[in-house]
Amino acid sequence: MASQSPKHLRFDLMIIASWIKPGARILDLGCGHGDLLAYLKEHKQIQGTGIEQNKEKAAACIERGLSVLQGDIKEEVDDYPDAAFDVVILSQTLQQVYQPDVLLKSLSRIGKQVIVSFPNFSHYRIRLQLFLKGQAPKSRQLPFSWYDTPNIRVITLADFRKFSKDVGYTIVKECAINTHDQEKSGRIVTLFSNLRATYGIFLIENETP
Amino acid sequence: MSHVTKNKFTYGSPPNEQLLESGLKLGPITIAYETLGELNESKDNVILICHAFTGDSHVAGHYEKEPEDTPPGWWDFMVGPEKGIDTNRYFVICCNILGSCMGSTGPASINPATNKPYGLDFPMVTIGDMVNSQKHLLDHLGIKKLRSVIGGSIGGMQVLEWCIRYPEMVTSAIPIATTMRHSALAIAFNEVARQAIMADPDWNNGDYYNDAGPHHGLAVARMIGHVTYLSDEAMRRKFGRQLQDKEDFSFNFGVDFQVESYLHHQGTKFVKRFDANSVLYLTKAGDYFDLKSSEHTDESLHDLRDNRSKFLIISYTSDWLYPTYQARELVQGLKRSRQDVSFCEIEADCGHDAFLIQDKRLTKLIKGFLDGLTIS
Repeated sequence: MASQSPKHLRFDLMIIASWIKPGARILDLGCGHGDLLAYLKEHKQIQGTGIEQNKEKAAACIERGLSVLQGDIKEEVDDYPDAAFDVVILSQTLQQVYQPDVLLKSLSRIGKQVIVSFPNFSHYRIRLQLFLKGQAPKSRQLPFSWYDTPNIRVITLADFRKFSKDVGYTIVKECAINTHDQEKSGRIVTLFSNLRATYGIFLIENETP
Repeated sequence: MSHVTKNKFTYGSPPNEQLLESGLKLGPITIAYETLGELNESKDNVILICHAFTGDSHVAGHYEKEPEDTPPGWWDFMVGPEKGIDTNRYFVICCNILGSCMGSTGPASINPATNKPYGLDFPMVTIGDMVNSQKHLLDHLGIKKLRSVIGGSIGGMQVLEWCIRYPEMVTSAIPIATTMRHSALAIAFNEVARQAIMADPDWNNGDYYNDAGPHHGLAVARMIGHVTYLSDEAMRRKFGRQLQDKEDFSFNFGVDFQVESYLHHQGTKFVKRFDANSVLYLTKAGDYFDLKSSEHTDESLHDLRDNRSKFLIISYTSDWLYPTYQARELVQGLKRSRQDVSFCEIEADCGHDAFLIQDKRLTKLIKGFLDGLTIS
């Protein structure tokens, strides 16, 4: 096996990895250099596939022995048969998606369960920036200016819970986390999570499978 | 590095001729092939490489008795000890395709019925027939499992045909710069090439083996082919509008531009090494190839469901003969049939022939993919 799993998986990815059952069929959307897939392949013996838009990153994944398609998430997900995967992972990409409702519908068709994670826009530091400076907030998780950001959506934990309910998903699991040290470490936030968490991670499934 | 040898394997003497897709029979059939590396004891380290249109079995290395400046095999940068396809680990086989003229049976071979070259009496062969002939060779060598089948262009078509016909044998497949079927554009270029040959009076209905043969028609056919293997960018970069050995236009129909000189050179070179009738047969085989309508592939990729092979599809940005959208259609079909598929488009301005030009990115992709195979 060529893939070398990273020693330090990002903290949010560690949480996601802990939710994956051994041997599961996994689709990782926007898989980057394939750290999560490589980790899951080594530690959970998953059958994994990734989709990555960036050609260099997709090639890097293939070079480490992972199955990865170079392409656009919203086009690539359409081709899979129903329930082709046990879990589809959309990690820190939802805030960049043009039609999140359409995408999530596709994902819940091809995956029995979907894991979605995103930076929480209602973190107190973000609220304070807008409140005190009156400027579009920037944070370590969302470091771009309003004019050059790929993040076209602002999502909060509370928003996502409401969205899930409105479009008919059951939230099976959720975890709010606060990360530090270049995201390598962090802790789970249980109290006032919408205010204190930097990221939210949700495991959802279709109410009418 | 040790030398390679061109071996020959003959089978299908009457009454055991190979039944072709056309319904006709052909035999005996000789397949020229070369091997590199060592076959391991369990015979599970075999990689079959399928060559493109005018290629041959000489995939890498040198023959023992050849002049010192002879170039190595056509994929020498990829195949060899510690290269992308590592011959220290894998046993590599490359066959010359049926219908060609580089050692395997084709229209220039002697027809045992007449003791003269077949010419147009040679039956039409398909990509499927080529694959079946390679299967005969593997049976002969006692090989039941292929670690990978790898090939570009028409070689990629053979790779796909292998996956459909003998899925239980194929652990993984790497079709490169290829397509599930020729577009009208690809057929059109092939037809122009064929017409160039057949319009040459020296073609003589394919019966020219005692004479010079259709040199001019064959050279023109190659010139057309070369245009489709390059790209607008590559031709601009290589030649632009530069003149050949002159300061000004000649105001006649001699060679003015460098690109003209290049094509003439390619045409002349090709005439020396390739048979015109083989061009007719092989281009037709490419045009007929259609993964979905082929008789043995009613449900084509759908049939692969029970056999999960690993696929790596590679296309090139400037390939206008088999553009990336065709590779993506293949990826789509494989995803629908639940295959384990990887895909990467490589940025390159060299056009369709890019896979024959040394490029670390291709080498790394193939090496990583092969290393990552889990062997059951």
